[in-house]
Parts: sequence; structure tokens; C-alpha cells
Amino acid sequence: MSVDEKAVRRAARLARLAVPEDRLAPLAAELSGILAWVEQLNELDTQNVEPMTSVRPMRLYRRADVVTDGFYAEDIVKNAPRSEDNFFVVPKVVE
Amino acid sequence: MSDLMKMTLAEAREGLRARRFSSAELAAASAAEIAKARPLNAFIVETPEIAAAMAAASDARLARGEGGALEGIPLGIKDLFCTKGIQTTAGSHILEGFKPVYESTVTQKLWDAGAVMMGKLNLDEFAMGSSNETSYFGPAVNPWRRGNDDAKLVPGGSSGGSAAAVAAELCFGATGTDTGGSIRQPAAVTGIAGIKPTYGRCSRWGIVAFASSLDQAGPMARTVKDCAILLREMAGFDPKDSTSVDLAVPDFEAACNAGVKGLRIGVPKEYRIDGVPAEIDALWEQGIAWLKEAGAEIVEVSLPHTKYALPAYYIVAPAEASSNLARYDGVKYGLRVENDDLTRMYEQTRAAGFGREVQRRILIGTYVLSAGYYDAYYLKAQKVRTLIAGDFKAAFEKCDALLTPASPSPAFGIGEKTNDPISMYLNDVYTVTVNLAGLPGIAVPAGISKDGLPLGLQLIGRAFDEETLFSAGSVLERAAGFTGKPGRWWA
Repeated sequence: MSVDEKAVRRAARLARLAVPEDRLAPLAAELSGILAWVEQLNELDTQNVEPMTSVRPMRLYRRADVVTDGFYAEDIVKNAPRSEDNFFVVPKVVE
Repeated sequence: MSDLMKMTLAEAREGLRARRFSSAELAAASAAEIAKARPLNAFIVETPEIAAAMAAASDARLARGEGGALEGIPLGIKDLFCTKGIQTTAGSHILEGFKPVYESTVTQKLWDAGAVMMGKLNLDEFAMGSSNETSYFGPAVNPWRRGNDDAKLVPGGSSGGSAAAVAAELCFGATGTDTGGSIRQPAAVTGIAGIKPTYGRCSRWGIVAFASSLDQAGPMARTVKDCAILLREMAGFDPKDSTSVDLAVPDFEAACNAGVKGLRIGVPKEYRIDGVPAEIDALWEQGIAWLKEAGAEIVEVSLPHTKYALPAYYIVAPAEASSNLARYDGVKYGLRVENDDLTRMYEQTRAAGFGREVQRRILIGTYVLSAGYYDAYYLKAQKVRTLIAGDFKAAFEKCDALLTPASPSPAFGIGEKTNDPISMYLNDVYTVTVNLAGLPGIAVPAGISKDGLPLGLQLIGRAFDEETLFSAGSVLERAAGFTGKPGRWWA
């Protein structure tokens, strides 16, 4: 599968990554190269193979549904580039 | 150079217990070596004051006849482990200045056992790389050189700073993480030992996530036994990681003396790869002979889907990475490029904060997970993973462990492979299958290349059977008698 500039622009938009116009073509070439290489997987018939969903066969650990953690809002915003009164501050999104 | 740093971790432990020297002396010697070795760029942050305080506390405990299994031992920590109050960057500009308010489970266990922290070690950005060249903080440098050639070589990656620091005797051991070979390949090309434990053996809590179904922490040290001592303290169940396994942690150190008599060692024929230097195959043959001489039975096995492991990995790892790295958005921590528009702020922050290889992988991951492509790529790759795990399951019906090379070449020069992502990805050809199947693998220093560089061998075990790897790894280590040390050109 060959990736064109439009597909790179779309993936970049989905990934919230600003990609300058002059990088679209080189990235399309790089991604096409890598995807062409991974396409050798199509040599394998996997119709009757289950996908791996758990690395080790195990049941997810469960615990009682109780509050065990929290109450340190100051710590949570401590590394925020901008915060006010223990809230994260972002550009205005609602008019 | 102070002779203190030439000891193995096990020897330092005995010396501390016998009070032949203090932890304060060890920490000071380690800090002095680290300061001298700045040309290696192994550390992103050095923490000599913290080390001195931890060492003083260790000396007090040792004086009272107390102390944990690693009491007073100076270690380096890969800068992917969150350390409370100490900058944790994952080698990325986007996390520069981030000081976690919590400690990763694995590092907390090390401190609880008495270990002393010397600083945070360089790595490929978000552990994405096999040469440490993608670090925002510049590449770590391999202490080894090709004879008298002063060209700088890579220490492997992504745990390149860990490998360089241990090989250059700056500390007695280090933590690493391994998603596709990031402990074993750097260990092999710097002449040290390193083990990727079974998926679930060590908690991933507090480790900056790359590909969550592949990531696993493990130790790197100058001997197999030192790795065993470290892993025992790092491993164990953690309710904070839902994939951590509630199993007793064995005495790995005791397993180092068990030998290989009666063990069946498998040799996978698919690991003979065209274009790999003859010296890699020759070392492999030598390893087979060593294990045979020590009483192991050698059996040929087949892992028929081996050639599909790297392509499957380069779908699964970027897909999981693109999801994990969505959290770096300029809001919660790290870098922010201001913009009046929220989406533009996200996009500009991420473009400025992530390096080239990370952006490439985020884009691949986003692409293969996007609507219309999920089945063709991600689902396909997860099915191939099942086939690869099945290969190992069949092989382990005929043998107890597998012997393979650890790296397809000795260390290469900085800048030699950066222009071709696929040739860089091929560095993990022997290691990546192990991550896809969730198995343990150990790299052991075993020989020297024609250019005078270290080469390693890998042993792969059954899930949660690290003990057999420590037994067979110790036999290989003794037979190889690897005593080579890099010349101290940096001091």
C-alpha cells in the first residue's frame, strides 16, 4: 500500500501533529517504504488464527470497587505548563 | 581510577557487608567516575547529592547489622523510570523539566532494598531506537572503540546510557527496559549482561509507556549473577499494574550455580540469517559447543514464523505508541507551544516536542489504526503474534531454552544507519520475537569481533523460567571467560 501526501496529512491531523507542507512528501515516501515492508505479512494465511489479546494467558486482576487513592489535586497539576486553582488551563474552547 | 568501581555488584555487596569500605566511599567513587565520563553522555541527570544522602543512610543501616539485598550499591536508572522529584524525560524534549510526584514501582523496590541512585541514564527518545541516537539529549557513546580508531560507536539502544554506564564501570548496575531488544542488544554490543524478564514479571507502573503489550523492565550489569541479584529485587506482583503477575519471585542468584547438565538447548534454524557477518555465526557455533561440553543436549528446532516478527512488531509497537503518546498534549506536563486555538496548541506542541523517529512512529501507528486499515494491519499483526507465540510453544516441547545470537553485528558508528529506518530496525532481528511472545531473554557477553568489539549470545526461556536462563547464561559466561574492558579514552 502506497501512502500519499493526503494520507499523511490525514494521519497527522488525527495524531494532532503539525507537519509542514514540505515534509509531507518525504514522510509519505518513508511511510510507504515501511508499510511495503510490513506487507510481507500477507504471505501468511491467518483466517483461522485468533489475534493475541493477552500476552500471558491471565485473567485481569480485580479489586473491590472502593476509593483507594486521590485527594492531591495540587500534585496532579504540579507539572502543568499552566494551571490556576488546581485546574489545568487551556486556550478558550467555548465562546 | 579507584579500584572500587572495578568490582562486580556481588563483590561490592560482600565488601559492604564485611565493612571493608563504606557505601559513602562507593557512592563518591561512582560519582567521580561519572563526572570524568561525561564524553560518554551516558547520564542525562547526575544526582551525586542524593547518592551521598542515600549512601549515608545505607552506612547507618549496615553499621546496625541491618540492610537490604542491595544495601549501599550505586545504580543508574534509565530515564524512562519516573523518579519522585527528579527530572524524568524519556529522552524527549516534550518531557524536559518534568518532575514526577511519584516513584515507579521498580525503582521504589530498588530503594527499599537499599540501592543508591547515581542519576538518570540516556536513552533513545521514548525508547524508540536501537542506537541511542534519537535522544533529544544527544547520543550516548559506547565506551568501546575499534582498536585505535577513535570513531565514536553507538552503545546500542534504547537502553544505551545504561549499557555505556555499566560497561565503563560508572556504576554497578542499571535498570533498562526492553520493548523489542532494548536491554539485550545494547548489553551485547557493550560487553555486559542484561535480561528482559517474562512479560508481567516486573511492574510497568511508573515507567513511561512505549508499547504496553511489549514493554518490560529488567537489569543490566557486568555479570549474569549481578543481573540475578538485581532482578530479584525488581520483580514481583504490583496491584498497580494489571498485567503484573502474582507469582513468587525465585532466588535467581541460586539458579546461577545450577549448571546445564541434562538441559536441552534448542537451536532455531531460522535464526541463520543471510548477510549476517560470519563472526556472528561462528560465535553462535562456539556457544553451542560450550553448552554441549557443560553437559547440555543440543536439539535443532524450528520457529517458522521468525521472518514475520519484525514486520509484525513495526505495526504493533507504533500502534500502541501512537495511543500511549496521545497524553503529551501541552496541558498536563512538559512542553507547551502557546496558541490561541486549542487544536493548534496540541499540534504545535507535539511537533516541537517529539523528534523525527517518534513522529514517524506516531504517524505509522495512527495510520494503521485508522478507520478502514485496522483489520489489514493491527489485527493481522496480532494474529501473526499468535503464530509466533505458537512457534515457541512447539519448540519448548523439545527443549528447555533456546540459544541464538543477541545482535546481528557489533557496535556500529554514530550516524552510520540513521538514514534508513528499516536497516536500523533490523538490529532487533534476534530479540524482537521474544517480546512478541512475552518470553524472557538474556544477553551474555561471549566474544570479541575482528575489530575488537564485544559480541553477545542470547538465551530464550519459557515464560517465567528466568532461572534456566541464569543457569545456562552463567555456564556460557564462565566458558567464554569474557574479561575484555574498554580502554578508558574518556578519562
